[in-house]
Formats: sequence, structure tokens, C-alpha cells
Amino acid sequence: MKYKSQKVAYWFFALSMLLLVLQIVYGFIMGFARIGMDGLHEFIPFNTARAVHTNLLVVWLLSGFMGAAYYIIPEEAQKELVSVKLAYVQLISLALVGVTAIIGYHFNWWEGRKFLEIPRQLDYLVVVNVLLFLGLIIATLYKGKRKTTTALVLTMGLLFAALLYIPGMIPFDSQVSDSFFRWWVVHLWVEGVWELIMGGILSFLLIKLTGVDREVIEKWLYVIVGLTFLSGILGTGHHYYYIGVNKIWLIVGGIFSALEPLAFLAMALFAVNMYRKGEKKHPNKIALFWTLGSAIVSFIGAGLLGFAHTLPQTNLYTHGTLVTAMHGHLAFWGAYAMIVLAIISYALPNLTGRKLYDGARGRAAFWTSNIGMIGMTVAFGVAGVVQVYLERKLKMDFMEVQNEISIHFVVLIICASLFTAGIVLYIVDFIKYGRPTDEALEIKE
Amino acid sequence: MLSKKQARAFFLGGTLVTFLIFIGLTIYSFSKDQDQTNYGAITEQVVRGKDLWEANNCMGCHTILGEGAYYAPELTKVLDRRGPGYVKAVLMSPIPWEPNGRKMVAYNFSEDEAADLIAFFDWIDDIDLNGFETVVSPLAKDKKK
Ligand code: HEM
Ligand code: HEM
Ligand SMILES: [Fe+2]
Repeated sequence: MKYKSQKVAYWFFALSMLLLVLQIVYGFIMGFARIGMDGLHEFIPFNTARAVHTNLLVVWLLSGFMGAAYYIIPEEAQKELVSVKLAYVQLISLALVGVTAIIGYHFNWWEGRKFLEIPRQLDYLVVVNVLLFLGLIIATLYKGKRKTTTALVLTMGLLFAALLYIPGMIPFDSQVSDSFFRWWVVHLWVEGVWELIMGGILSFLLIKLTGVDREVIEKWLYVIVGLTFLSGILGTGHHYYYIGVNKIWLIVGGIFSALEPLAFLAMALFAVNMYRKGEKKHPNKIALFWTLGSAIVSFIGAGLLGFAHTLPQTNLYTHGTLVTAMHGHLAFWGAYAMIVLAIISYALPNLTGRKLYDGARGRAAFWTSNIGMIGMTVAFGVAGVVQVYLERKLKMDFMEVQNEISIHFVVLIICASLFTAGIVLYIVDFIKYGRPTDEALEIKE
Repeated sequence: MLSKKQARAFFLGGTLVTFLIFIGLTIYSFSKDQDQTNYGAITEQVVRGKDLWEANNCMGCHTILGEGAYYAPELTKVLDRRGPGYVKAVLMSPIPWEPNGRKMVAYNFSEDEAADLIAFFDWIDDIDLNGFETVVSPLAKDKKK
């Protein structure tokens, strides 16, 4: 750690870990409901569990991104954060809005719009919160000694993510328009601006961990985010095939979304090559595992599994089935969950001054959670393919098919338990690191 | 070899061009003669139905237009498949509906609310979905054949 104010990041990371645990709990509630054990139905019906599961995911990732920004920006800009106090205000208000929303979901207070369930009233608070965050980051960057490409790409990603939240707040009479503009948020986040955030964090980590020259890394960063937008913006069309808008999207969405994996492929090749080129001297191997892991698993989950159902001819059959859930899990895990876990693994030793990075627990956490998640992906995938075949080809009744595939949810729960064990190990390490301290300022990284 | 400046130009140029095309296509899709949704047929009742749909997060279990959750059946074309009487009974049920061992929330909707939701489904059913309407969930019509 080079700047005192970087310590704020720790608390965002801690909030992230807490919400991740809760997200997993609600995942299990849904998993069990799917094998007929829905004893909680009265209090937490499936739709509540689902809204909580996916919203917690988004909030813990955002909290992780914010923590990453509070850690990275001072170091890149070579300047203390403009106000640490306001950063804590922002942290607390983020936690409050998040928790209010989650509690509301248990009392039928929400908007049934997938991923954007937060009620409009709370949306305004989200906007204020994010403006405060951006103000702090941008002011620090502006007053800083240098403006690196890494810092700019990260900040641009965060700024656009905030702007893109707005189309999701416009009310519509038509379900079709509603859905159309909901994708401006959801798709353009995960297959657009969030990739800038991921790219920024990845490039920071690679510069630190591999020792490769900044100029080289940042040049490739531009290529990657260039590929992202080139394919991702028009790739939004893959959500417009079958929702009641013009057929032109079958062509445009088909072609451009088929190119989207290139950005993830570039990210994976980039990370692996920089590692090969580098000096391999940095002692924090666990951070390196998560960094390279994120680049590789995102290519599999988002790139390959996304491609698997993105052509209109395939999507006609898989649209809105468990095949989508298969892809959603591995894509979110590889691209965004793993990159947050990577920056945390890198930052913790520097924030706390304790070097716990060569323990067996860290490695076990990495492998167990990844193997568990891949198992979950396979379980969802098999269930999804069988569902598509029975329901959409053979025209069997929905619930008959669900009973056929419930066995795959037993497998899902077993793999999810393995995954959870990995996350628990990660969090044990997190706790063992203890609190951030100013004494860490003097320690060489 | 590619320089950093060229890489940046590729990023900015590609983004600007595709963004403009995207906005253009969006405007085109929402122009009147490209409408596939019977936009004019959206009555106040349909809107009330949509509000109920959102207020209760039906999408948290079901899909509609292929979007939502995968826990309960797709509801596009549900009126064709089940008929309005069945749908109304489900919506107005005071105890959880569970014909196949999976529970739906007991909404206990009033007669009017059920009618609003049915009007909403009725509007959904007439949307031209570029072929998806023939694939989605087994249609009562297909089954009879
Ligand atoms: C990290 C990046 C990505 C993440 C986090 C992600 C996540 C998701 C999620 C959560 C959904 C479900 C959305 C919903 O129904 O509301 C989805 C749908 C979809 N994704 Fe991705 N995705 C990513 C990248 C990609 C890429 C690169 C492609 C294509 C090559 C792709 C293709 C698709 C398609 C076609 C659907 C629609 C599925 C359907 O019709 O039901 N995704 N994605
Ligand atoms: C113990 C672990 C987990 C379990 C048992 C679990 C289970 C589930 C289930 C049953 C669904 C609902 C599918 C449906 O609609 O029927 C779901 C949705 C979802 N989960 Fe998880 N999950 C777990 C962990 C995670 C993690 C770690 C992530 C992200 C990295 C994640 C991301 C998502 C997403 C994005 C969706 C929405 C998918 C879509 O709409 O296509 N889950 N999860
Ligand atoms: Fe997408």
C-alpha cells in the first residue's frame, strides 16, 4: 500500500464477501425448491429467492469494483483520495440501499423486471450513491499526478455503467419496449462497459504481478476494449430476436454477437502472454492464479458458452431455458466474480501488511470453488439441453419435463456445496488477514 | 507493429460507428410501420395487467417472451394453451396452486385483477415473435393435432 486512503477499499471488499455469502444461501434455497424441498415457500417463494440471489450478485460485484477503484486510482494517479470521509459515507449508503432493497423483496416491494427489481424510489438513491462514488474517483484522478490508460479505462467503465442505468428507469406501457430498453442496462453492462472495468483491473494486476512494461500492457488493453464495443454494442441484438421487434436484429445481432467471444479470447491470450513474458518474480501467486483464472474462465463461460446459444437458429430453441442459466453462472463467475477475488487477493497483503499468500488454503479455495462452479455449469447445461429437447422439440408439458430433469438439480446442489466450500476457505483467509493498518505503508510490496 | 495511438483510434472509432448504427436501428425498429406488437391495441386494462405483472414479480418464476425465470411455465400463448377460464382460476386461487407438485404463490386476485392480467396475456399472444411463437412451450393446438 502506498497511500493511506487506499484502506477504504478494504471495507468495500468486506461488504462484498458478506453479500456473496448471502447470495449463495439464496442460491441453495432455489436449488432445494427445484427438487421439491420448498418448505420456505410461505416466507421466501422462488421469485423472492431469485431476485435476492441475482441482486446480491450485482451489488457484491459493484462493491468489489468500487473497492478496486478506491485501491487502484490513488496508486495510478499518485495522489491520496480527495475525501476518505465521503468514501465511508458512500460505503454505508451503498450497504443501506442494498439491504433495504433485499428486505423489500421479502415483502412484495419490487418491480418484476429481471435483474432490475430495485423499486424506482430506491433507484434514485442508487443514482445519488453512484454519483458520489464517481465524483470522488474522478476528482482524485483529475487532481492526480498522472492519468494512466489503466485508470482511464477503469473510470470510463464505471462512468458508463452509471449512465446506462438510466434507460432502465424509464417507464413503458409496452412489455416489448420495456424489455428492449432493459437490455440496454443488462446486456450493455455485462457485454460492454463492465468489460472495461474488468480490463482495467486486469491490466493493473498484470502490470503489478508480471512486471511487463506498462506501455505494452495498455496498448493491448485498448485493443481488447475496442473489440468489446465493436462486437458488444450491436451484439445487443441477440436479445432482440424473439421479443417482438424487427427481424433485422436476427442478422445484426447474429453477426455481431458471434464476434463477442473475440474480446474474451483476446483477454485470455493477453493475460497468459503477459505472464509468459514477465519475470515471474512476484511472490503473490494466489493473486496471479485468480487473475489468469478470470481471463481464462471468462473466455469459457462468456465466450464459448455464450457463442453456443447466440446464433438465432439455436437461440430459437434455447431462449429462456436452463441453457441460459448455465451460461449466466459461468460467465458471471469467470469474468466478474473472479476478477473481484483477484484484486482482493492482491490488495489484502498490501493493505494489512500480512503476507499469507503462499498458504495451502488459498490454493484450495481457488481449485475447489472453480471445480464446483464448473460442475454446477455442467448440471445446468445437461438439464437445459434435455429441457430444450423434451419441451421444445417433443412438445412435452413444462412440469413433466421439470420432473424428468430434477435429478440434475441434485447434482447441482452437490457441486454447489463444493463451490461453497471453496468460497468459505477464501473467506477464512480474508478474515485471517485482519484489518488494514497504516503500518503497511512502510512495507515493500 | 500496432502502436498505442492506433490501438486507441481503433477503440474510439469502432465504438462511435457501432454506437451510431445501434441508435439508428433502434429508431428504425420503433418506427410505426415496423411495429410487430399491435401497439395501438394496448388498452388501459392491458397496462393495468402489466402493472400487476411487475408489482408481483411474476417474472421471478415464469418467462414471458422468453425472458424471466425457468421455474414455472412460459406464459406467452398461455391463453391458447389453457384457455382463459383455467388461467383465471389459477390467478384467483386463495391457496397455492400446485397441480404438479410445484407451488405458485397464492395471489388470491380479485375478479377485476384477473381480468386485467388476462387482457395483458391476450395482448402478448398477438405479438409477432419472428417464429418463436411456434416453438415456445407446447401449444394446445399442436397437441390436439
Ligand atoms: C461476462 C460476460 C457475460 C455475462 C456475465 C453474461 C450473462 C448472461 C446472463 C445472466 C444472461 C441471462 C439474461 C436474462 O435472460 O435476463 C445471458 C443471456 C445471454 N447471453 Fe450472456 N453473458 C456474457 C457474455 C455473453 C457473450 C460473449 C455471448 C455471446 C457470444 C452471450 C450470449 C448470450 C445470449 C445469446 C443470451 C440470451 C439467452 C436467451 O435467449 O435466453 N453472453 N447472459
Ligand atoms: C451455491 C451456489 C449457487 C446455486 C445453488 C445457484 C442456483 C441458482 C438457481 C437455481 C437459479 C435460478 C434458475 C431458474 O430461474 O430456475 C440461479 C440463477 C442465477 N444465478 Fe445462481 N446459484 C449459485 C451461485 C451463483 C453464483 C456464484 C453466481 C455468479 C457468479 C450466480 C449467478 C446467477 C445468475 C446470473 C442467475 C440468473 C440466471 C439466468 O437468469 O439465466 N449464482 N442460481
Ligand atoms: Fe447479451
